[in-house]
This record gives sequence, C-alpha cells and structure tokens, in this order.
Amino acid sequence: MKSILALGLMLISLSAYSQATKPQATKAPSNKEIVANLKASFNERGAAKLDRLDQSDLQTICSLAAESGKPLPAKVKANIEKKVLASIPYPADGAYLGDWKEGEKIAQNGRGLQFSDVVGSANGANCYACHQVSPTEISFGNQGPSLLKYGTLRGVKDPTSKESEAIVKYTWARIWNTHAFNACNGMPRFGDAGILTPAQIKDVMALLLDPASPVNK
Amino acid sequence: MKKLTYSVSLTLLGALSSMAWQPVSAQKSSTDAIAEYRASLQDGNPADLNAARGEAIWKTARGPNNVSLEQCDLGVGVGKVKGAVNTLPRYFADVKRVMDVESRLVHCIVTLQGFKAEEFTARTAFSGDGQRATVIEDLVAYLYDESRDLPINVPQGHKEEKASYARGKKIFFFKGGPYDFSCAACHSEDGKRIRLQDLPNLTKPEPAKAAFAQWPAYRVSQGALRTMQWRMYDCFRQQRFPEMTYLSPTSVDLITFLGVNAKDGKMAAPAIKR
Repeated sequence: MKSILALGLMLISLSAYSQATKPQATKAPSNKEIVANLKASFNERGAAKLDRLDQSDLQTICSLAAESGKPLPAKVKANIEKKVLASIPYPADGAYLGDWKEGEKIAQNGRGLQFSDVVGSANGANCYACHQVSPTEISFGNQGPSLLKYGTLRGVKDPTSKESEAIVKYTWARIWNTHAFNACNGMPRFGDAGILTPAQIKDVMALLLDPASPVNK
Repeated sequence: MKKLTYSVSLTLLGALSSMAWQPVSAQKSSTDAIAEYRASLQDGNPADLNAARGEAIWKTARGPNNVSLEQCDLGVGVGKVKGAVNTLPRYFADVKRVMDVESRLVHCIVTLQGFKAEEFTARTAFSGDGQRATVIEDLVAYLYDESRDLPINVPQGHKEEKASYARGKKIFFFKGGPYDFSCAACHSEDGKRIRLQDLPNLTKPEPAKAAFAQWPAYRVSQGALRTMQWRMYDCFRQQRFPEMTYLSPTSVDLITFLGVNAKDGKMAAPAIKR
C-alpha cells in the first residue's frame, strides 16, 4: 500500500513542481512548511493531539489533488482503490448485521474525537450530517447520496443469504474505508480510522440493510 | 437581551414545528422556513449592543498605561477606524508580519495600554455559554460596525501578503486528522448542507464575498457575538483538528485567503445568524 501511495505522491509532486517552475509572483509553500505552520498554531487538547497534523500519504495525495482542481490521475486512483480494498478486514464470524435501533442512534450522534468531546466516550457516525437515512428524520445533509431504501433498492430481502453477500460485504467495506471505491471522496474512514468499533458498524449496517429497519420501509 | 434571545428561540421552534408535518421530499419548504426564520432575525441585532460597549471601551483610558486605544494604527492611519477591517489582514511594517483584525487589536492593547499578550487566549477572548461578552468581542463589534457597507479590499501588494495568501490556500485544502477533513471538504461545492445548514462554496467569488462580509456575527443559538478568529477555531474543532491557538499563523493565513477571495464584497458585519 505504502509504495503505491508513494508513487502517487511522487506523480502529484512532480506536477506541482512543474507548475512552480513557471514564473510566478509567489512560490507555493511546500507541504512541510504548511505542517510546520499548523504545528505552531494548534495545542493538544483532549483526544486531539498534534500528531493529527501529520498527514498520511493518502491525505497528502487527496489534498494536493483537491488544491489542483483536477481529478486524481486514473491510474493513481485505481491503484489506491485496489490496495485499500485488499486491506479491509471483514468480521471473522461472518456476522455483519447488528441492531438497527442502535444504528439509528449512532447515525444521529455527531459527537466524537473533537477536542471538546469527553475522552473515552462512544463516538457517533453523524450519518445525517451528510446523508438522508431514515424517512422520519428530515434534518439531513446532502454532502453524500441519499441512503433511503438502501437495502430495498439493492434487492436485499435476507441480508444473511448468499444472494446478498456481495452487497453486504460492499457496504461493510464502504463504511470501513470508503477509499476502496472512490479514492479521495469526502467520507471518513469509519473503521480504518477507528472512529466506530466493529460492533457499531454492524449496528449501522443493520440500519441500512435490515428489512425491518425504517430505512427500508 | 435575554428576552430577545428567548423570543427568537420561539420563532425558531415555530419555524421548525411548521416543517415537521411536511413530507421528507419537501426540503425546499424546510429551506423556506429557515429563510423566513433568518429574515425574522434581521429586525434587531444584539451586536449593536456589543458595538456600543466596544466604542466606549475603545475610547476609555485602560490598562497599566491608562490610555485609550484611540492612538491605535489599524493600517489606515493612527486613530482611524473606518475603512480598517475591510482591508485586513495586511502587512504591518512595525511588526514585520501580516496581521488580521484581532491580532492588530491585541497588538494595540498590549503596546499602547500595557496589557500582557499572554492574557489573550481562546478562553479569554471568546465568551463561554451564558457568559457576558468579552472586551475583545465588544471591541471587534465596534470596529466592524464602523466599516459596515464598505468594500472588502484585502491587499496583496507586499510579498508577505502574497505569501500569507499562498499558505492560506494550502491550509484550506489540507486534509488531516482522523476524519480526513479539510476546509474544502465542506466548502468547495455549490448547494451543499450539513443537516439543514447551508455551506458556502468558498472557492467561488459570490459565496466567498457573502461569507467574509458576514463575520463577525451575533449567533442567536449561542447568545453571543462570535469573531472571525472564533469562526476559524470552531471550524477546526469540527474538523477534528487540535485546538487552534488564538491569533495563530494558520488563522491569519486562512483569513487572508478568505479575505482576498472576497474582494469587492460589501461588509455587512456584525451580522446576525441562527
């Protein structure tokens, strides 16, 4: 994973370099310079330590791509997605679905990992910040697609059946590390970054895929 | 003021309950209801009280040196307030760096009045829940009120001003922390919302102008005047970054980036917001 990301980083840095060699009034500062600027500007508080300002290779690649205003080169994107997909752990016991009622609470909860949050308290997923989920909640954002009837629309009648396996595994992976499918999209890596526990992800899975969940009514 | 906040909350409840019975697809109507609520706020802005108090503080002899702030140079000449905040951040030769409104204000409080710079932190500059406004909040309200309706014109003539903008741009796109968020994650597309809160696309001139023009603002839900430094501080909190230091280099560079992108917008601060 590291080598592919490093290659992507190099490609993007090269294009940044060629831009910088054109005559310009101000040279764009290096990422290193920006990290130093940030580290001089923040204090550790609660769970939020200064190491949060050290970017992963993926964060650097995605930041530079966004700043350039150009999409990620197709090859770099495909390589990231392949490597991320291969890195996703699936539940060893094969059980993917928890309790949709708990999932709804997790989807509503916007707390977690802010410097103002109580250290050690359970994190929420805050799904509604960006997605429509259950039909009864009208206060939802639109950064991400609507998830209304998520399971129904994908033909999931029995999430434990063989026919549903592909969509169930896809959903798990999508929540665990979204960059497996659309590298550099804006959704957090809920499993990979340790925002949610595997048990919490199972509850959110149930909210999306359980035929009894309001999402699928 | 308390009474005003209360009646405004009732208006919000009214607006929300009138939304509640509507089908989910009626997002447009919810947006209309919120717009109505916002319009209803425009009648009276408690920030006027902050500004009035701020003017008195500005002109009162205070601090170890027992002088007023009337000799402060905000970048448009000693003692001049009008036309200052719409042209900040800018480079100041006396300190050899770019300063935003609050950095320059604190600089004057320290150098003229003799207060200690370390007294000014996020905890002392920003009022907490239900606390009275801080001296900084009142002074900021006054300074912005004096430049209401003036065009935003953050200078880029000095090389340090250009360098500040270039850093601010990179900071805007810098993803970090456990959620991989950057400013751009929420502020680089049109028509986006978090829950029902509209997000301005700060990479486009019109929304960038409107956003910069309306900070600082009186936040009805918090019953407090919130400064531009607070806006940066609280965005980074939600970004899951560590706690931003008051008047930090990152904050100044980011405000420079936003201010330059808002060129020719018309100042409308302190505004009033939900």
